[in-house]
Order: sequence, then C-alpha cells, then structure tokens
Amino acid sequence: MNDCQNTPLLEVRNLVVNFYTRGGVVQASRGVSFQVAHGQTLGIVGESGSGKSVAVQAVMGLISNPGRIEGGDILFRGRSLLDPAGRKFVRKVRGKEIAMIFQDPMTSLNPVFTIGTQITEVLRHHLGMTRDQARKRAMDLLGLVDINAPEKRLKQYPYEMSGGMRQRVMIAMALACEPRLIIADEPTTALDVTIQAQILELLADLQQRLEVSVILITHDLGVVAQLCHRVAVMYAGRIVEVGDADQVFASPVHPYTKGLIRATPRLDVVTERMVSIDGVPPDLISPPQGCAFSPRCDQAKNDCLRSQTLTPLGDDRHVSCWCAIKGDTR
Amino acid sequence: MIGQANEATPRAAKDGAAGSPLVCVKDLSVIFDAGRAGFWGRKRLQVHAVEKVSFDIHPGETLGLVGESGSGKSTTGRAILGRVPVSSGTIYFQGKEITHAGKERVRALSRHMQLVFQDPYASLNPRMKIVDIVAEPLLVHGLVKNTKEAAGEVAQLLELVGLPPDAGARYPHAFSGGQRQRVGIARALALKPQFIVADEPVSALDVSIRAQVVNLMQDLQARFGLAYLFIAHDLAVVRHISHRIAIMYAGNIVELADRHLIYESPVHPYTKALLSAVPVPDPPVQRARQRITCPGEAPNPMDPPSGCRFQSRCPYVTQTCRDTAPVLTSRRPGQTAACWNC
Ligand SMILES: Nc1ncnc2c1ncn2[C@@H]1O[C@H](COP(=O)(O)OP(=O)(O)OP(=O)(O)O)[C@@H](O)[C@H]1O
Ligand SMILES: Nc1ncnc2c1ncn2[C@@H]1O[C@H](COP(=O)(O)OP(=O)(O)O)[C@@H](O)[C@H]1O
Ligand SMILES: [Mg+2]
Ligand SMILES: [Mg+2]
Repeated sequence: MNDCQNTPLLEVRNLVVNFYTRGGVVQASRGVSFQVAHGQTLGIVGESGSGKSVAVQAVMGLISNPGRIEGGDILFRGRSLLDPAGRKFVRKVRGKEIAMIFQDPMTSLNPVFTIGTQITEVLRHHLGMTRDQARKRAMDLLGLVDINAPEKRLKQYPYEMSGGMRQRVMIAMALACEPRLIIADEPTTALDVTIQAQILELLADLQQRLEVSVILITHDLGVVAQLCHRVAVMYAGRIVEVGDADQVFASPVHPYTKGLIRATPRLDVVTERMVSIDGVPPDLISPPQGCAFSPRCDQAKNDCLRSQTLTPLGDDRHVSCWCAIKGDTR
Repeated sequence: MIGQANEATPRAAKDGAAGSPLVCVKDLSVIFDAGRAGFWGRKRLQVHAVEKVSFDIHPGETLGLVGESGSGKSTTGRAILGRVPVSSGTIYFQGKEITHAGKERVRALSRHMQLVFQDPYASLNPRMKIVDIVAEPLLVHGLVKNTKEAAGEVAQLLELVGLPPDAGARYPHAFSGGQRQRVGIARALALKPQFIVADEPVSALDVSIRAQVVNLMQDLQARFGLAYLFIAHDLAVVRHISHRIAIMYAGNIVELADRHLIYESPVHPYTKALLSAVPVPDPPVQRARQRITCPGEAPNPMDPPSGCRFQSRCPYVTQTCRDTAPVLTSRRPGQTAACWNC
C-alpha cells in the first residue's frame, strides 16, 4: 500500500501558525517540522500550551479564525495540503486518508444520533455505500475495535456508553475509510489507567494489523514508551528534539527533554525527592528571543539568544540546542 | 457483616506516627439521591458512591487514596470534611465523633481540616485579589477583623509556599496553574490545620510543575507535622508521597497497605491490574512488563452487583464472590485486602 518507501507519508515543514487574539498574536507554531514514515507511530509530547494540538489541527485543516497558517508546508504522500491548486487532493485526503481521534469523544460524537447512524453516515458520505452495505461495514468496524454485541451497540446513543466504549467507537469511525494516517490527540487522557491500557493496546494492535501510521499526542511519557517508535518533544511552539523513542529516552540531548524525563515519576523507581524544572513555560504572545527554554535552562549562555533550528546529530536524532550541538552532551 | 471494620482499622501504630489516629473512618457509606425513574417515578435512583469504607490517618502521615474516576475518592474526602451527608458509619477526629456535625461544628472543625482542590483554575475566585483569597479563612473565623490586619500573616504564607511577595496584590488570572495551586495551599494553611484533604492537587498540572507542588507539600508536612489524605489517580506520584495507600474500586477500598507493600507485593487482583496498566516511561522496561488484564469497566454505581463489586472483571471470580462482599482482612503486617480468593 506504500506508494513510495522513501517519501515520508506526512511531512510538516517549518509550519507557522498564529492566532490573532485581543491580547496579542499567539505564536502557536513557530516553525514546526516533523515527518511520519509509513507504518510508524510518532509520539508528540510537551507541556500544556506548547502547540501540539495546533500542529496537528493544521494537518487536518482545522485552524480557523482567529488562527492563520502563515508559513511552511504540509506534504502528504509528497503533495502539499496547503497549495490552493490541490483542493481536490486535499478533499480526498482529509477525513479519509487522514483520520483524527480526539481526547473527549463526547465533543466529537453527536449526542442526538445513535452510534449506528453516525458511523453509517461517514461510510455513506465518504465511500458512497448503500444503507445496507454501510450497516454491515459498521458492524465489522465495531468488531475490529473489540466491541461485543455490535448489533445492540449500533442502536445506542453516546451518553448510554462509558468513556472507554465511546473512545472505541471513535476509533471505529476513524478506521471507517481505511486511513493511512490516524492522528490521536490525547485519546486516553480522560480515561482511567486500566481502560487507557485497553485502548492503547487496541491502537497498537490495529496499527500493526492495518499498517497505518499514527501520530499520538500525549503528556505522558509512559504512553510514548508503550506505543511510539519515534518521539518529538515540543516546547513553546517548536520541536526541540525528535528521534527514535528508545534512543531519546536512553540518552536525551536537549536540556528540556532531560528535565522532562527526570521530572516524570516512575512506578518502578522510588526517589527521595521529585525533580522539577524551575520556572514556567513562556507566554507565546512574546516568547523569549532565541531558545525559548533558555530562561529555565541551567546550561544557558549567550549563544542561546540566537535562534537555532533543528540540527541532525548523526542518527535520526534532531535537536535544537546550541550546547548540545557543540558538545553533543550524550 | 457485623464488625467488619475491626479487621481494617486498628493497626499497630507505625513508627513516627505513634499514638492515636488523627482521623478515623469506620464503615463509612455515602448514598446520593439521584431522582426518580420508571413509571410514575416509582423507582428511586440512588448512587452508591461509597460503601463501608474504613481507615485511619495518623498525625504527620499521608494516606494515598487511589482509584478510577467515580470510585468514590472525592466523596470520601468530602464526607470527612462534613461536605456531604453520611448515610451510615462513623467518623472521628482526634477521638471525637464528627459524623453528623452541624453547620457550626463543621465551621469550627474547618480550623483543623482543610481542602485543596484539583482544579487550580476553577477553585479561586477570579474577582478576588490573592491577598483576600488567602486571608478569607482568617476573616471567616474571626481571627482578624479585616484583610489589612492579616497582611503580615498572608505575606508569611505566600513566602512559605514560594510565591513572590507582590503576589498578594494580583488577581488569579495573572498566575500559572502551579502558582494558583500554591495559592490554594497557602489558603488551606492559613488556619494552621492538622489535616488536609488534597483532592488531586497536581492532576491538572504539567509534569515539570507537578514536582514543585509535591515537594512543597512534603516540605510543609515535615515542618508542621501535617497529615494528608492525598487523592490521586497517578500511581507514581502517590507512591512517592504516601506512607500508606488505599486502593478504591466502585465505592469500596479493596486494598490498604504500607506503600512498599502495595507496589512490591500487591494482593488484590484489581491492585495488580492497576499497577500493571501504568506505563513506565522507559521503552525497553515497558516492553518487558506483563499486563494483568481485567477486561470490561466498573459497574454502574446506581446498580452495583451484590457481592464483590469487582466480580465482573475478576479472573478469579467464584460463587462466593457473587454472593457475599468480601471485607478487608489482614494479609501480612501492614497490608489488608478485601478478596475471597487471594
Ligand atoms: N483558537 C485559538 N485562539 C487563540 N489561541 C489559541 C487557539 N488555539 C490554540 N491557541 C493557543 O496556541 C497555543 C498552543 O495551543 P495548543 O492547543 O496547540 O497546545 P497543546 O500543546 O495542545 O496543549 P494541551 O496539552 O493543553 O492540549 C496556546 O498558547 C493556545 O492558547
Ligand atoms: N452530589 C452528588 N450527587 C449525586 N451523585 C454524586 C454526587 N457526588 C458524587 N456522586 C457520584 O458518586 C460517585 C463517586 O464520585 P466521586 O467521589 O466524585 O468519585 P472520584 O472522586 O473517585 O472520581 C460517582 O458515581 C458520582 O457520579
Ligand atoms: Mg492539546
Ligand atoms: Mg474526584
């Protein structure tokens, strides 16, 4: 199903997104770049407000007033999603080849229609199926996400289901058009750990069986460790480090990545004292000059006031930090 | 069913927490009315939020309370503070019964017991300056006549929680989530309480800030000998801060033990499933971990099953479990669990 192994499925290049609010211009994406290969799971981590959701909303075409995409490009299978000449391609891709799962299924499911109506609607709209075909396919989809008694479930309304069940329905809907890329924005944050584990296992299983690519946004480094091949760390509207998940966890390079890993308490390790990162993330209306992390960084020096870009460090690791690039502090 | 709490509560006092418990909860049940349903509204709907919960908290001790959302953690904490009506059971504070304390008693007790909320954004009145927010409990208890008189005290409290001296003059919107949580803690400390119910105090905070607040809470405990009921769903944080941990499931405590026993030798199948479901932020370690699955979800609190509430998800379920609810019994020194088959 891969048209070309060498072109990444998705490539985001230097994406710039600004929100024109009353308080000022919120620079939510300040040159975000990342790639997702075929069949790969990319985790995006970072603190609240760092721009994770905005970056994927841009991919899905969900940025609306007061937001504007003001720079960079988004390529899917090598073709631009931002080029006005490619409208037809964009319409074919979004919602079909790229599907999205949100944190709170309640906001994306329509409360007044049954699950069955909503899934069959997607199938009839995007794939032009007849009522009967859609119904049969909807049952298969619910089976695919391990929902028992699909016949009965199709007749239920969203509020009649538990949070975990609704998230399964969302995944089933995302799979309806056999997407190549699934974007999941904190799909398990609202769920309890045992239910989260069930959903993550389902996602991992589907990813492998259906050979789709996944972008998973999360606050939880544990979730990344469980599910992702690669990980991108975001801070203040930029990606500061990206690479193979095993390697980033084993030897983080950017001081923020290091801090994040150290600050995350582990169930399997007891510590005397939790490690924090002093200070707070910057305001994106007036982000610090140069490296946005430098005011909180204990290795900061004058260089850090100059802006820098993601720089490759040998393997597939890219880091945006002057200290790291000079010394390669691994 | 009689005397089931006795197994659970009186445990030999631990070192450092010697003497009598500060808080003692025995067979606490809270049932909420949730309106009526059915033909002519004949069926009364009731939410069995908390059922027969028992535990002690000693001075200077942190009891971690963990469980899924809706398992009854907040209700338990609020019942101790007199904020929800108790359906049955008893609650003691410093040896005195406070189960059905009236409004006046609750107000008086609030000098000794305070609440820190989960949501640092919703819990502070946006129209009040920080100084007024922190001074409010002092005013309510008539310890000062006006905010001005409390200024010195408030400045001390703000310093104690690591906020800048000029913070008092500002409004909540000028602060980040972590800073607001510090304001909430400063307010809770104003009356020099001995006991704080911290209801998911760090859940809404980012990882890098979470540690700041947890460390602050531990420092304050060391300094003032505070006791905490620390409610959370993040098991790693709970492991870090708690002396003992209670695991709740669907309104029951299914296991209560010293923290190292919960993590190193859990007994209850739900505790095991819960621990194994938490992903460890280390890919090779995480890949090697075995998950103990418990398919399905918690029972409907309006219609809990008779017998053990975990029965529908338990791999070891037997007829006994369906017939009779297990109570907490001792498994080894410092560890109790409620299960017929483990
Ligand atoms: N519609 C909007 N209008 C104005 N500002 C916005 C809008 N959407 C996002 N922003 C701003 O863009 C920045 C990045 O937001 P984003 O939602 O991408 O963060 P995030 O990393 O997904 O955070 P979280 O982890 O809390 O979901 C924030 O400063 C946010 O306030
Ligand atoms: N005031 C109330 N009225 C009715 N039901 C309530 C009320 N407060 C809590 N509940 C119910 O009680 C149960 C336990 O809730 P809660 O103690 O808030 O759980 P937790 O804090 O563990 O998430 C839930 O089913 C909840 O819906
Ligand atoms: Mg987001
Ligand atoms: Mg709660």
